[in-house]
Amino acid sequence: MTRAALAIGLIAVSAWAVATFPRSILVFLLFQGSLLHAYLAPIPRWLRVALLAAALLVLMPVIGAYNGYYLEVATQVGIFVALALGLNIVVGLAGLLDLGYVAFFAVGAYSWAIFGSPHANLIFGGGFPLAAGWFWAFLVVGLLVAAGAGVLLGLPVLRLRGDYLAIVTLGFGEVIRVLANNLDKPINITNGPKGITPISRPPVPFDVSYAEAFYFLVLAIVGVVILVNRRLEDSHVGRAWEAIREDELAAQAMGVPLVRSKLLAFACGASFAGVMGVVFSAKQVFINPESFTFLESIGVLAMVILGGMGSIPGAVVGATVVTVLNLQVLKGLSLWLNELKNAGVTVFGLSLADLPTQLEPAKYERMIFGMILVLMMIFRPQGIFPVRRRARELAGKS
Amino acid sequence: MDLPLLIGIFPQVLLDGLILGFMYALIALGYTMVYGVLEFINFAHSEIFIVGAFVGVEILLGLKGAGWLESLPWPLVLLLLLVAAMAVSGLLAAAVERVAYRPLRSAPRLIPLISAIGVSFFLQDLIRLVESVWRNAFNLVYPTLDGLNHRFELTETLDVSVKSLVVIVAALAMLWVLHMLVNRTKIGTAVRAVAEDQAAASLVGIDVNRIISLTFLIGGAMGGAAGVLFGVQYGLINPYSGFIPGLKAFTAAVLGGIGNIPGAMVGGIVLGLLEAFAASYLGLLTGGAFGAEYKDIFAFSVLILILVFRPKGLLGEIVRERA
Repeated sequence: MTRAALAIGLIAVSAWAVATFPRSILVFLLFQGSLLHAYLAPIPRWLRVALLAAALLVLMPVIGAYNGYYLEVATQVGIFVALALGLNIVVGLAGLLDLGYVAFFAVGAYSWAIFGSPHANLIFGGGFPLAAGWFWAFLVVGLLVAAGAGVLLGLPVLRLRGDYLAIVTLGFGEVIRVLANNLDKPINITNGPKGITPISRPPVPFDVSYAEAFYFLVLAIVGVVILVNRRLEDSHVGRAWEAIREDELAAQAMGVPLVRSKLLAFACGASFAGVMGVVFSAKQVFINPESFTFLESIGVLAMVILGGMGSIPGAVVGATVVTVLNLQVLKGLSLWLNELKNAGVTVFGLSLADLPTQLEPAKYERMIFGMILVLMMIFRPQGIFPVRRRARELAGKS
Repeated sequence: MDLPLLIGIFPQVLLDGLILGFMYALIALGYTMVYGVLEFINFAHSEIFIVGAFVGVEILLGLKGAGWLESLPWPLVLLLLLVAAMAVSGLLAAAVERVAYRPLRSAPRLIPLISAIGVSFFLQDLIRLVESVWRNAFNLVYPTLDGLNHRFELTETLDVSVKSLVVIVAALAMLWVLHMLVNRTKIGTAVRAVAEDQAAASLVGIDVNRIISLTFLIGGAMGGAAGVLFGVQYGLINPYSGFIPGLKAFTAAVLGGIGNIPGAMVGGIVLGLLEAFAASYLGLLTGGAFGAEYKDIFAFSVLILILVFRPKGLLGEIVRERA
């Protein structure tokens, strides 16, 4: 009973604090922590569901009204949660290390960007952009195109051993980015490094702002993705994936169709990224190849690794932590450092104003990703929220 | 199509390709030696390589600041750069192995690979951090050494700079030393024994951990030397510029047959030539529709094709079967 009161109290207090101090990052982190606490606390299931639903469906949009940036952060977190869950299928369940995952995100993003903007006129003559309502159809198109790209990539390379597969997927990711960068000639398909804009946004029902609409859209998609993930995990295919991950030879001997299962994993993972790509391009209004670099792929991988390979809550928490670290903590550090510099603060006799101007904490996301990957691999390869089977495998010597 | 032009640039493209190829070969050695011994892609090798380039540029800038750069003969300066870069990169590679790979040696295969990717990213930003604090800049330009930029005009369309010759000679010399080291010395025999069978090697009294450290040291030193040559040849470096050459050098190692030292050299040179020809001729042959910007894709396509159709590489791979 006390635990339930504590969970409710924490959420209420932190939500109130966020509304009172809308500019404090620490308070927003506290709010996120209270949600995690509610998820983990030993309280009745109905209460947990009710609390999380209330926080995400009601409190978060209200907080967003106080500080719009939080809503933006929450939307970004949602996008990355979906990406991490998609990659989780490929890496976590099927055990295929995909280092070019962001390529599928790019494929989805470009599919709506091209047809949802006047850019397509350059290719097909006239008649574009498509009406905003087409956005909903393109969610499906993005899904299919990305899944198709996954199958196309998978067909030739899935017979390779694991580490070679990783490098080839990395190469594929780079190929997609280079193509996006250079396909402004001979036919202008992607408009090269300049990117495509303006990309249409979906029609918004009722009287909500675009920021809130996208928040709810992303939330809904994340909900579907989690549901699909949970259903997949214990399905026929899901078990085949895990069997392949544990021992390919044994799985094959038991009659698991190797190539078909792996292709399916690639296609499933890719399709989530494709859908989110469509949402991303509409939300940003502008996309260019810069958004789809190797760094992004590794970022998503770091989320999956941090949370725990194969674990759904792990992917959610990992994506949240890494995104918040990137969007808020590093940027916050940069701002804070600049403020201290401008105020002429000295630490240990060293004036902060003398610090090199090139030193910008916000630019060091690679270092964060790198540390997450190395430290997790050495000290806790099963992740923060391990799946029981995986934890046992990694604890024992192979 | 302008046939005389196509033929006219041929010797120059061939030369550029060779230089690029020797560079790839030097980097590829680090990948292939480690893969031969541990069956593991040392993803951080591209950063070991670029650290060598940074050591070189720091020494050059230091000498320049002290006013000694003009008075010292350039071969001596170059030798100093190479030795220093080889030492730093080699030790760094061995240290990375000790910290980030050794604890994971018995873990499932993908675990150390992920750790290596992490090290790679960490090192990139670490270089950036160090240079930002030290020099307040991380895009650095190699100061020119006068003697190195002298050009010989061989024919009307072909000229060779001293530095291109130096790159080729230095690369050849190092490949030869490595070849002797691996095939003619006791240490080399031990490395090959560990690559073939770790357990058996330790039974005959070889300290496996030491040999593995040594493998990283040698591979890292080769990478560091390649870094200096890269800086001297191309001039501009930043903490992230090791990544793509590293990836291509890995392609070269796979192309030649991973684990196979002569294979890495052959693969590097073949890939360098292919890339130089693609960069120069793609644009000319397609009337400008596809140009040199596709040369990276070209290298990756080679990688995918070789892995799909001949995963053993040109000269055949030499790796033990993992139990």
